[in-house]
Amino acid sequence: MTGRGMLIVHVALLALLWVLQFVLPPFHHGMVARILVLAAYAIGYNVLLGYTGLMSLGHAMFFAAGVYGAGLLVYYSAAGAVSGLLAGVLAGLGLAVILGLLSLRTTGATFLLVTMMFGQVGYLLTLYFNRITLGDQGLILSGRLEPLRVGAIDVTLSNPAVRFNAALLIFGLCLLLSLWLARSPVGRVLVAIRENEERTRMLGYDTFRYKLFALVLSGGICSLSGAAYALLFAYVGNTFASILYSIYPLLWTLLGGAGTTFGPLAGTALMSYAIDVASGLTSAYLMVVGLVLVVTILWFPSGIVGSLRARRWRWLP
Amino acid sequence: MAVAALTARGSLLQTLGLTRTFGGLQAVRSVDFRLLPGEIHAIIGPNGAGKTTLVNLISGRLAPDAGRVFFNGRDITHLRAPDRVGLGIVSTSQSISIYRRLTVFENVALAAQRRLMQRLAERVALNRRALAEEVAASLDRVGLGGAADATAGALPYGHQRLLEIAMTLALRPRLLILDEPTQGLAPDEIGALVALIRRVARDVTVLLIEHNVTVVLELSHRITVMDKGRILAEGAPDEIEAHAEVQRVYLGA
Repeated sequence: MTGRGMLIVHVALLALLWVLQFVLPPFHHGMVARILVLAAYAIGYNVLLGYTGLMSLGHAMFFAAGVYGAGLLVYYSAAGAVSGLLAGVLAGLGLAVILGLLSLRTTGATFLLVTMMFGQVGYLLTLYFNRITLGDQGLILSGRLEPLRVGAIDVTLSNPAVRFNAALLIFGLCLLLSLWLARSPVGRVLVAIRENEERTRMLGYDTFRYKLFALVLSGGICSLSGAAYALLFAYVGNTFASILYSIYPLLWTLLGGAGTTFGPLAGTALMSYAIDVASGLTSAYLMVVGLVLVVTILWFPSGIVGSLRARRWRWLP
Repeated sequence: MAVAALTARGSLLQTLGLTRTFGGLQAVRSVDFRLLPGEIHAIIGPNGAGKTTLVNLISGRLAPDAGRVFFNGRDITHLRAPDRVGLGIVSTSQSISIYRRLTVFENVALAAQRRLMQRLAERVALNRRALAEEVAASLDRVGLGGAADATAGALPYGHQRLLEIAMTLALRPRLLILDEPTQGLAPDEIGALVALIRRVARDVTVLLIEHNVTVVLELSHRITVMDKGRILAEGAPDEIEAHAEVQRVYLGA
């Protein structure tokens, strides 16, 4: 399929999601807004896992960098949503550069462990600076965020309609960024590194620099998602820095299909609704989640969208 | 500098006192080696003679313990492998090294796009038509023009070897290093490969490690014989054939 064709397919999906807000009942309206922001997080994770072949267990640190970068600024100063968003993304980008220079000397299981250690350091820092972050109790941003002024209209982020469309905007931006990456010459090199790094070096590519680029792009997208999450749902807490939030994007990405542009949304949506349905039935809802994962890995090892690509639509980016 | 005086004029590549040790084993011992521009040069020798180690030191896959490497008069001893590719030193490894899960097109595109993405704008979005033309030209040169959409790993073995050569050609090499290219090929495929190497060598210097003596004698302008990490003999094919010690060590006569 041509580049224009793929762009149309992606924009069509975004249009479909936009229409959803007019048909969904209030509960699902809020749920989908949350899924969209978290799917952006999964897209960022997928840049590293799906397209570059590096599995991290420390990405909560990037999500939390966005959450705290945006949240603390808004909580402790008169800064608005836009400055908060910028602060969150800058924190994530800076962190990604430092982490990349330190951890990208390793690959495979060592990389997994090194990123997990850094992720835990991030979590412990939120406790150490308890007086500022209030640790696991967290900070409520409600009432502290000035309405955004767009022309003559005041926009309140806590308004459900605004929240949904802001979430969709963030998600759409990340989705189109990942589509660009999948089709760009840089993305082709990242896939080559995933498939065979040594061969890629012998084609004349400085693979370290490409991996660093991938990690910084990934960290940037994840922190954008974290910053948006803090601002839209008005809460900053250190669960977002915990190992659970490093495992989530891994599961969402594997479930939806690593190395596909639609996979992160599919995985995030399916997992969120599975947890929602299961927790209504039993308090052991994580067991249901586990079952979904086992089934996926047994029958759809390349994830939902990955299997669709393998069996039906080979053009899927 | 004295070293500059030591490097002979007119050579494309030269090594001086190149040495590499693995544990207690001296794989390459103080080797002085020269390649002339435009030649097809073969390195032969028994297993463990240090042939592959020597070419890996030249391509940058390995770093030497001692000695220097000059390319086109420039000291490249400390240049890393990807940067040597940028100078035109392109090599294939002993086992076929392709991206098995990607299509033939993608394999060659990875090599071809490297020259096309010098500026930032070209990294963001490449001229797709120019890339497609480059890829098609490289595939046509090795006779894989019709296979662009096939998955690389599904190709027959001989075609995988040709794909690997198409990838190296797309990098526009000045020096092409082939490590046992005929290994595992059927006799008719070997004939086609010899013809291909000869065509390529019209504008590329070729350094070849090869066990097939017929291929070596047929293709090479000069031959270097290695044994136990050292150069045993060097010369034109007929000189090597007549060399008494070479016959004893290698040709088994």
